[in-house]
Amino acid sequence: MSSLRNALRSSVGSKTLMALTGLALLGFVLGHLVGNLQIFAGQEKLNAYAQMLKDSGPLLWGARIGLVVVFVMHIATAIRLTLANRAARPDAYVVQVNQRTTYAARTMLMSGLIVLAFVIFHLLHFTLGVTHPEFAAEGMVDSAGRHDVAKMVVLGFQSIPVSCAYVVAQLLLGLHLMHGVSSLFQSLGVQHPQLAFLERGAGRAVAAVVVIGNCSIPLAILAGFVPEGVVL
Amino acid sequence: MQLDAKIPDGPIAEKWDRHRREMKLVNPANKRKFKVIIVGTGLAGASAAASMAELGYDVEAFTFHDSPRRAHSIAAQGGINAAKNYPNDGDSIWRLFYDTVKGGDFRAREANVHRLAQVSNNIIDQCVAQGVPFAREYGGLLANRSFGGAQVSRTFYARGQTGQQLLLGAYQALSRQIHLGKVTMRTREEMLDVVVSDGRARGIVTRNLVTGEVVSRAADAVVLATGGYSNVFFLSTNAKACNVTATYRAYKRGAGFANPCFTQIHPTGIPPSGDHVSKTTLMSESLRNDGRVWTPTKAGDTRPANQIPEADRDYYLERRYPSFGNLVPRDVASRAAKERCDAGHGVGPGGRGVFLDFRDAIQRVGRDAVAARYGNLFDMYHHITDSNPYETPMVIYPAPHYTMGGLWVDYNLMSSIPGLHVIGEANFSDHGSNRLGASALMQGLADGYFVLPYTIGDFLARAGNSGVAADAACFTEVEAEVNARTATLLAVNGKRSPDSFHAELGRLMWDKCGMSRTREGLEEALRRIPEIRAAFWSDVSIPGSGADLNQTLEKAGRVADFLEFAELMCRDALDREESCGGHFREEYKTEEGEALRRDDDFCFGSVWEYQGDDAPPALNKEHFTFEHVPLSTRSYK
Amino acid sequence: MRFKLHVWRQSGPNAKGAMEAHDVDGITPEMSFLEMIDLLNEKLLADGKEPIAFEHDCREGICGACSMVIDGVPHSPERAVTTCQVHMRSFQDGDDIHVEPFRAKAFPVLKDLVVDRDAFDRIIQAGGYVSVNTGGTPDANEIQIPKVAAESAMDAAACIGCGACVAACPNASAMLFTAAKIAHLGQLPQGQVERGARARAMVEQMDAEGFGNCTNHYECMDACPKEIHVEWIARMNRDYLKASLTAKD
Ligand SMILES: Cc1cc2nc3c(=O)[nH]c(=O)nc-3n(C[C@H](O)[C@H](O)[C@H](O)COP(=O)(O)OP(=O)(O)OC[C@H]3O[C@@H](n4cnc5c(N)ncnc54)[C@H](O)[C@@H]3O)c2cc1C
Ligand code: HEM
Ligand code: FES
Repeated sequence: MSSLRNALRSSVGSKTLMALTGLALLGFVLGHLVGNLQIFAGQEKLNAYAQMLKDSGPLLWGARIGLVVVFVMHIATAIRLTLANRAARPDAYVVQVNQRTTYAARTMLMSGLIVLAFVIFHLLHFTLGVTHPEFAAEGMVDSAGRHDVAKMVVLGFQSIPVSCAYVVAQLLLGLHLMHGVSSLFQSLGVQHPQLAFLERGAGRAVAAVVVIGNCSIPLAILAGFVPEGVVL
Repeated sequence: MQLDAKIPDGPIAEKWDRHRREMKLVNPANKRKFKVIIVGTGLAGASAAASMAELGYDVEAFTFHDSPRRAHSIAAQGGINAAKNYPNDGDSIWRLFYDTVKGGDFRAREANVHRLAQVSNNIIDQCVAQGVPFAREYGGLLANRSFGGAQVSRTFYARGQTGQQLLLGAYQALSRQIHLGKVTMRTREEMLDVVVSDGRARGIVTRNLVTGEVVSRAADAVVLATGGYSNVFFLSTNAKACNVTATYRAYKRGAGFANPCFTQIHPTGIPPSGDHVSKTTLMSESLRNDGRVWTPTKAGDTRPANQIPEADRDYYLERRYPSFGNLVPRDVASRAAKERCDAGHGVGPGGRGVFLDFRDAIQRVGRDAVAARYGNLFDMYHHITDSNPYETPMVIYPAPHYTMGGLWVDYNLMSSIPGLHVIGEANFSDHGSNRLGASALMQGLADGYFVLPYTIGDFLARAGNSGVAADAACFTEVEAEVNARTATLLAVNGKRSPDSFHAELGRLMWDKCGMSRTREGLEEALRRIPEIRAAFWSDVSIPGSGADLNQTLEKAGRVADFLEFAELMCRDALDREESCGGHFREEYKTEEGEALRRDDDFCFGSVWEYQGDDAPPALNKEHFTFEHVPLSTRSYK
Repeated sequence: MRFKLHVWRQSGPNAKGAMEAHDVDGITPEMSFLEMIDLLNEKLLADGKEPIAFEHDCREGICGACSMVIDGVPHSPERAVTTCQVHMRSFQDGDDIHVEPFRAKAFPVLKDLVVDRDAFDRIIQAGGYVSVNTGGTPDANEIQIPKVAAESAMDAAACIGCGACVAACPNASAMLFTAAKIAHLGQLPQGQVERGARARAMVEQMDAEGFGNCTNHYECMDACPKEIHVEWIARMNRDYLKASLTAKD
């Protein structure tokens, strides 16, 4: 056990932790995306899905707590590693030229922190309804008496500043994933000449899916799209 | 000076085994009570330090490098010999022994050479067990190549980085002992003197190159593994920091210096492109397997190589040595190149170069096959010279490379000072007056892994602890001398850099004591060296202090020793009135211009004994007898 | 050719350093970069000034001693070369050239361009070997090794320990160096017995030295004069994880 504890604190172990937690978060992001895209299938589908989640009770809470733990671990480790990395080069070069690294790689902490800020806003916005109390209000129900998630989303994204914030946050999440997903393979030691395409392409592909998928909703709504069944 | 080689009795093939049987052993529990200092952690020193620590001795190792991994051994490219006979081409311990004695032109001790051939096989086993990634055949067995004109394939190699891989193996073994606390490793610490009292080596005095601190280090035995002195020529294929200080200071404390004039000039160096050049780069000898060496037939022909028609090309090695052709030994190939250039046929900068041409090889086996064999060497050449050897021939010229001379040692690798052992290139070695390719790595590792760890035990068991601590008077005296010398150097306050003196000395040595030597030339050198030395001591400039990292001061100390040692080298060359191996005296050659060895008068090792700064050194002789390899003239015709 | 050289000067480990400008003249394209510095040092010496301290030895790209950051890249922007293999023909006449030491907490500057790289030695000492004593080893050909494995081990073993990977890494991480040694021995049958223990010991030492962590920028690979590949880092991660999960302590 002590070896495992030491391992998790070591550089390689911490990297593994980053990758595993990142992977879990990515799983959530993708799941979340697939769920939300149901808005294009209409109010009925989306609200039923949301109700199904709500009804899973302990399972939902388990997942929520798990997600929070993973998120905290990811963030805490990220901060610890980044501080250690800065300390490893106390004196900066007068002239430094990078040859290979990317903007995405160099800004992981920043993109991550902005995503964090966004996540908090997102929770306050839709889940807890702090910013828009009417979203959590009693009246936000559909004809079947379920929480009218579809309507809430439409109302939320009809605000131009809110949609813009979402799009910007998604772009940063994309940036984060562009480097994150590619390097996840390296961190976990998944490496084989025949898998090289994964490392090269996976980051961009996943980032594209997440950004396009998540942005499609606010952009569509701004363009006037109203899901079938939603009565404003 | 008493020179007892201590060669064991018995048939040559049994001497080493018998000797090991008869040696006194140190009780395992007592080994840690014996402190052994090892100066130098190249192949010889690192392998010795690791092996002796494994046996249980308390080892303290020194190098002026920041890490043992940077020793000059790292640069060896070609390979390491062993008598494994894996290719089944008729090799044997006997043949390796025979080739080495003969290749050395009969100026080495038969018993030592035979032992070297014997343990050569253990070295390969050892290195493989350590994880040295030698080249392999498709079946997974070790690959061999023929090297340096040997008639059998006995050379093991790791791409063009054999020295690197062997050194890393020894360095790793050493690192393991450091980790276990069995070796105290002192890097960036330069030995500046040996302490001898009551006829035994008691320790050394060192300078910490970072703090400038001068420290006495006492031990029960001292081992020098400090490499060769080719840099006496300033330009050589050796790393820039290689120097003679350790062995020369030991000489001044009473150790005999043997055959200092036996230096090897390697035929395939890249000729310097101008005065700025700080070091010559070696092109591997293996290139001569496929490259053809030639010069223009007409003296002073300045046409580009590719415009010189076949009829105007003189493949002089093939012409002079039809049976060996381009694969004649190093000394022969080097001299032949010099002869052509002296006669005005040279090419390249200053006419000091000959062509090494791959045109025919490329036509014969194709560009790809040539690239597979020599690609990295071609790239290296291209990079340095900006000329593409696939299209135009390389231009090469001989360059100082290795020194067969060194401190005299007996069969136990002990110098003439009891308790002072010398291994690797630093001793006068098993290579006589000419070393065969791929046998320096073999000798360094043989000494370090398989010979010294035994023989030093015998010495310690017999002599017991030294019993002299580092604060004894003998140490403080030497320490004071070392400090005084540093102070004197710093106080000169002149105008010229140590390098400028080194370069001046190097040019003189190359002209007068290089590939060929004459009485007049050597006498002139013996007049000029003291002049350069005097100029050095009155005009050298060493800014900064002795109390921190001062590379100019380090360099100056080494140059000062070269300036004395060079005289010894010329004196030895003058005294040896014959031509043998790397030592060629113009006065002693056959009618065809080949080396004329004079066995009746010079079949000995010249062992020089220091007599004070104002007196000439005394010459002692170790006569060599050849019972197994009959004295014969080497012929490559 | 002539150049304006901006060189880092620092008189000792605890001193404050700064860039110092020098005009160098009379340079030929055939000169190596170090020979250009030699020339400048001769000039400084003639003026009674302290020459620029820098490390070098073999001057042919194998000892790993030379260690300068030239124009922002360890060993220079040229690919697959050490500082000592850089020639002045790679520069334009009149260029400004910036020269700095390798910078990392684990590589403290000793003087000017000289840094202390002992941390690398300590990483090897922690476990970068096969624990065999001298003697008693089997015949070399009793261990058969597929040619591809031997070649691949050699690819990793080609590391010269110069530290350019650390110098280039935005996090001053030593993972490429450490991984290369782990991969060299880990790919050979001789290295299997201690494979896991070696990976753990070396990684732990690497961490203790204060190097940063790899965040997969791969700058190290581009700076490496021997073009050691980052695939070894993935391999090290794998070896390390497996060893940590299966360790008995
Ligand atoms: C370019 C080149 C290629 C070669 N290729 C081959 C080849 O293919 N095959 C072959 O067999 N041989 C080859 N050789 C020869 C061979 O490499 C050397 O002879 C051999 O490596 C010498 O090893 P060594 O251990 O004796 O000395 P070195 O490796 O020179 O080590 C000397 C050690 O002593 C230390 N030292 C020296 N003086 C002091 C001091 N005063 N205080 C403290 N430390 C000191 C140094 O720091 C170093 O650690 C080649 C040589 C050259 C130059
Ligand atoms: C939905 C949210 C997130 C997802 C899907 C995600 C995903 C990932 C992934 C896959 C990695 C790659 C791990 C590796 O290198 O192996 C990563 C790395 C990283 N993440 Fe996140 N992340 C998220 C949120 C955050 C947040 C909120 C932060 C803020 C601190 C953050 C900071 C970082 C940093 C600094 C790294 C680089 C760490 C390193 O390489 O050492 N991430 N992330
Ligand atoms: S000086 Fe040896 S690698 Fe540059």
